Amino acid sequence: MGAVWFWIVALMLAAYVVLDGFDIGIGILYPILGRSGQDRKVMLRSIGPVWDGNEVWLLASGGTLFFAFPILYASAFSGFYLPLMIVLWLLIGRGIGIELRSQVDNAVWRSFFDGVFFLSSALLAIFLGAALANVIRGVPLGADHYFFLPLWTDWRAGSHPGILDWYTVIGGVVALVALTTHGSLYLALKASGELEDRALRCGRLSWLGLCIMTLISLPATVLVRPAMLTHYSQHPAAFAIPAMVVLSLAGTGIYMRRREELKAFLSSCLYLATMLVGAAVGLYPTLLPSSSNPGDDITVANALSGTYAMHVGLIWWIFGISLALGYFVVSYSMFRGKVPLHDDGYGH
Amino acid sequence: MTTLLLHRIHFAFTITFHYLFPQLTMGLALLIVVLKTVALTKHDERYDQASRFWAKVFAVNFLLGVVTGIPMEFQFGTNWSEFSRRAGGIIGQPLAMEGVFSFFLESTFLGLFLFGEKRLSRWAHWGAAFMVFVGSWISGFFIIVTDAWMQHPVAYRLLPDGRFELTSFWGLLMNPWAWLQYAHNMCGAVVTGAFVMAAVGAFYLLEQRHVEFGRLFLRVGVIAGLISCMVQIFPTGDLHGRYVAKNQPAAIAGMEGLFHSEKGAPIVLMGQPDIDQQRIDNPLAVNKVLSFLIYGTTEAEVTGLDQIPKDQWPTTLPLLFYSYHIMAGLGTYFVLLMIVAVFLLWRGRLYQTKWLLWFILLSFPLPYIANTAGWMTAEIGRQPWLVYKLLRVSEGYSTHVSAGNSLFTLLGFLGMYSLLSILWIVIVYRFIEAGPEKVNAPHNSPAGMVTA
Repeated sequence: MGAVWFWIVALMLAAYVVLDGFDIGIGILYPILGRSGQDRKVMLRSIGPVWDGNEVWLLASGGTLFFAFPILYASAFSGFYLPLMIVLWLLIGRGIGIELRSQVDNAVWRSFFDGVFFLSSALLAIFLGAALANVIRGVPLGADHYFFLPLWTDWRAGSHPGILDWYTVIGGVVALVALTTHGSLYLALKASGELEDRALRCGRLSWLGLCIMTLISLPATVLVRPAMLTHYSQHPAAFAIPAMVVLSLAGTGIYMRRREELKAFLSSCLYLATMLVGAAVGLYPTLLPSSSNPGDDITVANALSGTYAMHVGLIWWIFGISLALGYFVVSYSMFRGKVPLHDDGYGH
Repeated sequence: MTTLLLHRIHFAFTITFHYLFPQLTMGLALLIVVLKTVALTKHDERYDQASRFWAKVFAVNFLLGVVTGIPMEFQFGTNWSEFSRRAGGIIGQPLAMEGVFSFFLESTFLGLFLFGEKRLSRWAHWGAAFMVFVGSWISGFFIIVTDAWMQHPVAYRLLPDGRFELTSFWGLLMNPWAWLQYAHNMCGAVVTGAFVMAAVGAFYLLEQRHVEFGRLFLRVGVIAGLISCMVQIFPTGDLHGRYVAKNQPAAIAGMEGLFHSEKGAPIVLMGQPDIDQQRIDNPLAVNKVLSFLIYGTTEAEVTGLDQIPKDQWPTTLPLLFYSYHIMAGLGTYFVLLMIVAVFLLWRGRLYQTKWLLWFILLSFPLPYIANTAGWMTAEIGRQPWLVYKLLRVSEGYSTHVSAGNSLFTLLGFLGMYSLLSILWIVIVYRFIEAGPEKVNAPHNSPAGMVTA
């Protein structure tokens, strides 16, 4: 039962990163590619009907994490207090940036919200990447399973690290570049004409950056958490996942060059998902490693809720997520294809 | 300030601000369905236009509800980690269900409702509005189930390490407290929606602009207002109050300011609690009414605070007393106002009665105050318990998140939410100022489905 819920939470988080990832990517690209008012409108409309639903994956995985592993939720959320609060503020900024900019027809007003949208998206990408890197590196968990991390200490990934150190900053940059690529490809799918070309050019550039960052991040991870490599060597079949990371990254580049936009975008989705699944495989059955004493790790076994609740939960979860997937199919097929240029009636 | 107090203020401030938005969202969601239903059945284009106007208000309001709601889910872990660790096995269940069953539904169909009018048939668009309504009301349900478990814990087993484990899924969802509180709360949300709609209508009539829409809003607003205000008091408020009295005598004694147990206890309409002297100063009281309201007989004995150990008295007792009295007093005023309004509507004089239009206009903030005061009554009444009689508030907070860190983020939220308040007021005022006529004229639609 523990393994089932571990993978449920991991896959929900992966769904969040793949889906909201392109919303964040659009935000990062917004001032770079959105040269005219019309460009910016197209960019906003490409995510307008879906960004909020994509963000729900974060909420739903947070709720599921709380329900399945209350001890992890209590420990991680209070220990990562400051960065989580900053993420909350950034999510507020991103939301109002998208939705409020077109509510008042005034150039200064629009510029303000454009700036808010860009900044909060870029910082969100960095914080999300750094957050994942923090989980991989481990935190100074005490015997009571609690910890508290300052934003930074001496920038070393030692036994008393901060949220930001050299390793987690690498994680943040990987996320920034990965989501920029992801966003470019999504935009190429949704936009037409010159904006589409620009999105592809930008995608190629950030794809190169992503290749470099991925190459740096893999050895860095092994350096910071050697146990990951042992996990993998115990189950050699798991090496298929890093292989898929490399293949999907290559696929993203190749399809982009051939202008097969949908295939390039899907490869990028696969890249993000396999990166996360790869991290999860390396961690399992640990949920949050202790950097001071491995005996204090939070694991699936010591954090799982009661058996009865987990069984009942599985029933409604399967039912509820099937419904949710149905909604996503309806919504994405309604708004499929290039963004229309006529007025959509509501804002943006 | 102590760490505990800061964590309490942190949650209290963010939840109070957050709930300003969902109450209108949930109320308006229902009223938009009403408008769209009338539009469809009576083939009346004005109601379609009216629902488009309210959809714009709804969208901004929904957005602010979402962005201020995410911090609520996080705060269980960030600021109340020990509570989460112990009770997560139970309250995590409804919170996760809210995400899976409500948020996906709400967000998807809101997208279809706002952006899809030209792509959907009229019935399908009505369906999208209806699903948004269902989603927002499901969301409310799971939150109330969570709160109800803290107020009236059921279906649990206490483990040796202090954690709670769920023993019955249906027991949790069928907690009687949850259903009574849900009925009372949702009705309160409709009151807010109805008053806001009626107030905008009154504003237009007083301005003598957008007169036709002003009348429409006023008509729908006061009828929905009267129904919801009455149901708010009877049966939902009455039943919920009796259930509280049975299960949380300390809360009722604090709400009513009843320091001493009494047969034929009076109801205090106004006064100031004096904790040191254990009495109500300057009381304006009606004899025996409290006993009658709770037990249905004027002679029944009502438990006073004297029968409750002092360490279990609701903390901040005067605030509990005032919250309850503000809620109940405003609730009574709402019924009177709406009775007069509906009577004049029936006599055909509502649109010309200026003094009443002024009352309706100026009353729009009051349901917000009443809803907030109602929640304060419920939550302060539960004090000093986090989980009633099982876990104290002082045992639930994140002890390793220092006062400095908590104050840092509290100040951050204060600043952020001040900005959000200003933005909300500016934007909604501009919507109202622009009027409903110009919103999204449907004949511009290339698809032309809407004008059918």
